[in-house]
Amino acid sequence: MPMPEWLRIRRDEAAPADAAMWVKCPSCGELLYRKDLEANLSVCVRCGHHFRMHAYDRINMLVDRDFVEVGTDILPGDPLAWSDRRSYREKLESDREKSHLSEAVVTGFSTIGGFPVALGVMDFGFRGGTMGTVVGERITHLFEEATRRRLPCVVVTASGGARMEEGMLALMQMAKTTLAVAAHRDERIPYLAVLTDPTTGGVSASFAFQADILIAEARAAIGFAGRRVIEQTIRQKLPDNFQTAEFLLEKGHVDMVVARQQLRDSIVRVLDYLVDGRGAARALKAVPELALQ
Amino acid sequence: MNVIVEREKSLEALQKRIEDLRARSARQNVDGFDDMRVLEQKYTELQRDMFGRLSPWERVNMARHPKRPIASDYIAQFDRFDELHGDRHFRDDPALIGGFAKLRGRRAMVLAQQKGRDTKENIRRNFGMVAPEGYRKAKRLIELAARFTLPIVSLVDTSGADPGIGSEERAQSEAIASCLLALSTARVPIVATIVGEGGSGGALAIALADYVIMLEHSVYSVASPEGCAAILWGDAGRAEEAAAHLKLTSDDLVGFGIVDEIVEEPLGGAHRDPERFVGRVLAAVEAALGRLERLSPDDLLAARREKYRRIGAWRSGVEHLAAAAP
Repeated sequence: MPMPEWLRIRRDEAAPADAAMWVKCPSCGELLYRKDLEANLSVCVRCGHHFRMHAYDRINMLVDRDFVEVGTDILPGDPLAWSDRRSYREKLESDREKSHLSEAVVTGFSTIGGFPVALGVMDFGFRGGTMGTVVGERITHLFEEATRRRLPCVVVTASGGARMEEGMLALMQMAKTTLAVAAHRDERIPYLAVLTDPTTGGVSASFAFQADILIAEARAAIGFAGRRVIEQTIRQKLPDNFQTAEFLLEKGHVDMVVARQQLRDSIVRVLDYLVDGRGAARALKAVPELALQ
Repeated sequence: MNVIVEREKSLEALQKRIEDLRARSARQNVDGFDDMRVLEQKYTELQRDMFGRLSPWERVNMARHPKRPIASDYIAQFDRFDELHGDRHFRDDPALIGGFAKLRGRRAMVLAQQKGRDTKENIRRNFGMVAPEGYRKAKRLIELAARFTLPIVSLVDTSGADPGIGSEERAQSEAIASCLLALSTARVPIVATIVGEGGSGGALAIALADYVIMLEHSVYSVASPEGCAAILWGDAGRAEEAAAHLKLTSDDLVGFGIVDEIVEEPLGGAHRDPERFVGRVLAAVEAALGRLERLSPDDLLAARREKYRRIGAWRSGVEHLAAAAP
């Protein structure tokens, strides 16, 4: 598949010059050639370990072709004037450089299997995917636009929870996004959440677990409290599979666990049950911006 | 050890000296009047120094003071309360109590995080840390209230949602997320009051409201100061430092537009005059309900949406909010 134009533009900026050619799998120790690993959707060919994905790689993997990004004008400030070892502004700046992202979520419109969708993808590489005012605002904006255009929402989550450096303004994003999800829900438009590694705290306890359909990516860590917090509270080590996607499936918390290679197909199949109407005509009607790409 | 309790102890010692002096001068019929007046003056000054202006960390300690009025102290001053139990699935969570209530003649549904008065009760109530079944009970009662048009009164006092193995096994995230959804769609007035600690998503789960009241020395934060210090610096011992950063006081939160009203506490904290103080808080709740009841359900929901929609906008908006904070 040729690289679509929207991604080429970003990839030119994003290609890290110092990226190592070989990557060691943290699960089985296999040395993997970076290009092979990327071609395999960042899944270890030997043991199936799912590496965390960059938001743009994830989008590229899911969408048919074009992606219209929105919310890029929604950018972080420093509402608490926070500074500990480093100032919050410095932390943001270094994460921007490191991740080539302006914040921890990318939002926009596209089509998946011909179904026009509003798509949000979080990235753990920016402040641990934490939700501050920008993540809250972009997600809220995405749901509002999806409601207005009657588009299903697909949100891929990856988050350590609420962002400490934005304090209560960060916590309130749980309420704000919930109200936007509720409005979308009221219109009976489907919402699919794809829970990836890791999804915890304020994100899992708000818009993530409010979806109509919950798809967990294989082996992802998903929960409310972080593993360390629980271990400190109960003063004992947790079993290895605790808070994994597979554990959640067994306990009945998610609809399905899907390996990355099957993720796109699974989303399309679910949309096919919940949405009537796909194809270019409907896509252009809902997202005229796609024609401009 | 609670820093406020420590201070109260040192004040008590001084008070005891004043009393001793008074007793002795009366007994020996000597004039200790000047000494006594000096001491009493000192006592008043000390009290003002100790409690007049509290730092964020001191407020955290005030919010956790063992004598601070807890949910049951507020509920005791309702005309009536009939507790409703259980999530109809798993168990009744004693950390979150709920039920029908009458507040000065007005029907209401009460939801409250309940800490204990002593160690034994605290253990039974899990220190007010709510498990998924507690949030599911809350959700059930929110939906019940909405169906029968009872306004919702919530009392928030928790360091956070329960972080145990069982809570994870029973989907704490889903329980909180669903509780938030229920509050965001309930077509009845919701008034939340932060009576002690408002810790993280576990507090917000019953605090998404049309009107939020906060007691002067209560705290409300994205994570408990200990949790925040552990997350950022891997050291829960730096809680005092985290508290200074988090902007968790009532003044901060009014500045951010998150809290609508502060109820001032007596010098030294709510527990110095608990009965009267609780009455004042309930009067504020009652007044808020009165105002909200005048709105149609559609207007109420639109206003609720707008209230949260405004919190935390992008760059220019955020800096504007920061400038407005004290």
